[in-house]
Amino acid sequence: MSTQSKKKPFIGTAGIILFLSIAILVVFVAFPVILILFNAFWAKGEFNLVDVVNVLREPDTYQALLNSVFIACGTTIGSTIVGTFFAWLVTRTDLPYKNFMKGLFLVPFMLPSFIGALAWKMLLSPRAGYINRFFMDYFGFEEPVFNIYSYYGIMAVEVMYLFPFVFIQVCGALERMDPTLEESARISGAGLFTITRRITIPLVLPSILSGSLLIMLYSMAHFGTVAVLGIENGIFNIPTLIYERIHQSAGSFAAIRTGTVLATVLVVSAAFIIWLQGKILSKGRYQIIAGKSFRPMELKLRGLRYPLLIFCLAYIGFTIVLPTAVIFMVGGLKTYGLPFTMENLSLDNYKFILFDYKTTKDAIWNSVSLGLSAAVITMFAGVMISYVIVKMKVRGKGVLEFLGMLPFSVPGSVIALGVILAWSGKFGINLYNSVWIILVAYIARYMAFSLKANSAALEQVHDSLIEAARACGATMWQSLRDIVLPLVKPGMFAAFFLIFLPSLRELTVSIMLYAPTTRTIGVAIYTLNEDGETVMSAALAGIALVIIITGQTVISRLTGASAKG
Amino acid sequence: MATIQLEGVSRRYGQHTVLEGLNLTVNHGECFTLLGPSGCGKTVLLRLIAGFEDPTSGSIRIGDDLVADAATGVTVPPDSRDLGVVFQEYAVWPHMSVFDNVGYPLKLAGVPKEERVSRVMETIALVNLHGLEKRLPSELSGGQQQRVALARALVGKPSLMLLDEPLSNLDANLREEMRFEIKELQHKLDITVMYVTHDQEIALAISDRIAVMDGKGAIRQIGSPEDIFEKPVDSFMFNFMGVANFLQVRREGSGFFVGQGGQPVPWDKPQGDAVAWVAAFRPSDVIIRRDGAGLKGIVKRASFLGPYMDYLVEIDGTHLRTSVDTHEAIMRDLMFTDGEPCIVDLREKHWFDAQSLGEVGA
Ligand SMILES: Nc1ncnc2c1ncn2[C@@H]1O[C@H](COP(=O)(O)OP(=O)(O)O)[C@@H](O)[C@H]1O
Ligand SMILES: [Mg+2]
Repeated sequence: MSTQSKKKPFIGTAGIILFLSIAILVVFVAFPVILILFNAFWAKGEFNLVDVVNVLREPDTYQALLNSVFIACGTTIGSTIVGTFFAWLVTRTDLPYKNFMKGLFLVPFMLPSFIGALAWKMLLSPRAGYINRFFMDYFGFEEPVFNIYSYYGIMAVEVMYLFPFVFIQVCGALERMDPTLEESARISGAGLFTITRRITIPLVLPSILSGSLLIMLYSMAHFGTVAVLGIENGIFNIPTLIYERIHQSAGSFAAIRTGTVLATVLVVSAAFIIWLQGKILSKGRYQIIAGKSFRPMELKLRGLRYPLLIFCLAYIGFTIVLPTAVIFMVGGLKTYGLPFTMENLSLDNYKFILFDYKTTKDAIWNSVSLGLSAAVITMFAGVMISYVIVKMKVRGKGVLEFLGMLPFSVPGSVIALGVILAWSGKFGINLYNSVWIILVAYIARYMAFSLKANSAALEQVHDSLIEAARACGATMWQSLRDIVLPLVKPGMFAAFFLIFLPSLRELTVSIMLYAPTTRTIGVAIYTLNEDGETVMSAALAGIALVIIITGQTVISRLTGASAKG
Repeated sequence: MATIQLEGVSRRYGQHTVLEGLNLTVNHGECFTLLGPSGCGKTVLLRLIAGFEDPTSGSIRIGDDLVADAATGVTVPPDSRDLGVVFQEYAVWPHMSVFDNVGYPLKLAGVPKEERVSRVMETIALVNLHGLEKRLPSELSGGQQQRVALARALVGKPSLMLLDEPLSNLDANLREEMRFEIKELQHKLDITVMYVTHDQEIALAISDRIAVMDGKGAIRQIGSPEDIFEKPVDSFMFNFMGVANFLQVRREGSGFFVGQGGQPVPWDKPQGDAVAWVAAFRPSDVIIRRDGAGLKGIVKRASFLGPYMDYLVEIDGTHLRTSVDTHEAIMRDLMFTDGEPCIVDLREKHWFDAQSLGEVGA
């Protein structure tokens, strides 16, 4: 060792890894975001704030902004009420079949909300919706019962598929809450109502708020539901307006400006919401004893037990089973609008879509291959970046920590727009109209999932395990290969599926980037529906649901098995 | 030649200085112990030597090689320092069997399979783990895991071993056994051992030389176990090395008197001008009698503690504690009761200026 050790330390493995990590985040995430900010604020050759304000004051833009906020607020309030109520029912009461019900309330997560929106359109569109028609035909209603093409329609559909965000958080908090806090209040003579109001709710409030903010963030930047249900009636929110402008004007200067300014608003709101969430969570953390599950106090529902169970089942039936059934049934119809009778239903559409129809065959192939590639690339990039952030002591790490936060606060439509700005040839590489541009955008979009899963796994690997390997004579690479990678495998596994499954149903990003031959499943469902091919669209949605549910089931089997073994 | 040489080594974390200007030489083939209270910076020092941390200033040499030098920025990575390290928190790899854990250094070194197997099995037997080689760490007790860590550090026959409290999780019997094993291995293999602990019993038993660190990471004394135990250089050392007794003494002119009373000190006198002095000694250095030469005192409290009697004695307003073997006390009529007069003498004592003793309380 003596001869070579005298050398000055070279840049070395650590330096290379740090550089690569920074490069990946800069190229895939930071660069597109910077281009958006630059295009938003740099007009007529100078830094121009007045122009930004002018763009925001245009009636269309202003309205879209208001709509995004209005819909997000409504969705957030609705989801918070629904999510908290059901969470309380399945954790703190003697509702029958609680665990089974808890599982059921997570099912909406599997149903992509734009497919849900599609189903509700078939059920409740003012003229053709099955429910509206049923009431008008058989009960002599003059007007439709409910018009889904409205603000309340949009909010209702978003609540149906987003409330699990609050549900999960609140369930967790209620389960982890130290029961002695409540018991001591009870000993001092407080009634259950007082305890709930004075002790339980304040303790669970941070989790409720954190879940609500998550929904707020998601809803503001949400494309699918508003696109399916709003555009018909001229209701645009920020992402749909960005899409509309970019799509119609094929990249004119004015469209790009409007897009980038709106995208900036989204990025800033997202950053603010994430900051707020972090603050609320850090405040709430020490109030709840984490870790062990206790047996919490249960409210006796008495005579309400079965009525409430029926209510829960009816809710699931109405929001999950009914829309899913409609999708599959419409997918089986010869023509949209025919009644659901045996002679009208067949599997022909499904066969056609899977084996003969080029558009949908391409879409399935594109989604699967894009999902696999994005998942593999992002999984490995995520391990590397998390490794630097969690484990390495190198100068310049602060930059990476900052960059690593970025993917969490960049919504899909922003990424899509940034990717268009970055990779349409202006900087020497033109990926526009190819699948590559979608892949690049997917990597940026799903980086946050990978970073989260991998850094959680890496934090479990104690530093001394790596140091012990170094002391045994392992180089940094060898310690990574023999110690770190085997130990973070579960995290990588999780990251892979956290990316692969959602990417199969992705719409927001790919809708902005697709070309005729590079449709994804989401894009194909959406455009088929737009083109009036409702039955084909429904059939493809049905197939997507089958793929997603199968995938999810396989994974919970696998992860369940590996957790036991 | 595996020597360690630290020159002016400092380590800071932000504003917090853990080690400051440390100089230390560990000779080839010796078992050198770093002894100090918890949190004083022992682990940091070990990590500096192993190469997991770089010194903020100063240099470190292992053998003839400069392995770290803050001035020139030289750092040799840990894997090229040819060390065996046993970590305080075992650091046994949870995804590898005992055999694979122990065999990993040999695998990296490219030792052929047959030789590898025999050496691993040999080392596993050495630490009393035979039969467990196929187990995963999660199926072992804490003590067994620590022995895996020890075997893993030994198997590559490094010329230098760094051990960070490696026996702290073993039960008393095994700890004693293992400490002899380590000592014997060190002699047999002719390796240098740097051993870190807060347990002075182990330090005294195992070491050729000991360095004692104080709570601020400064080395107070380096010497053989006998030196450290018998000749503590200052009040910190005294306090650290034993349950100390302190007897206040005042100077009046050329006379020295105990406590507030008029009994002159019957021993060799302290050297210095100070007025207030303290005689420091271990309870085992106290001789208690019914009559004869020495200081007159009163037994304030006599406690029977089974194998021995514990006495609190007052001498003119100053107190000391001592204990007498119960058997001996009965034989020699030394079963005092509360309030009985007694005579006290000292075998060994160290004089300290009372001012310097202020630190002891801290
Ligand atoms: N990486 C670090 N960053 C900041 N402070 C540290 C770090 N490592 C150790 N310290 C501090 O150095 C001091 C000594 O720690 P250590 O060497 O572990 O003590 P011990 O002597 O018990 O092994 C402690 O006060 C600890 O807080
Ligand atoms: Mg330590």
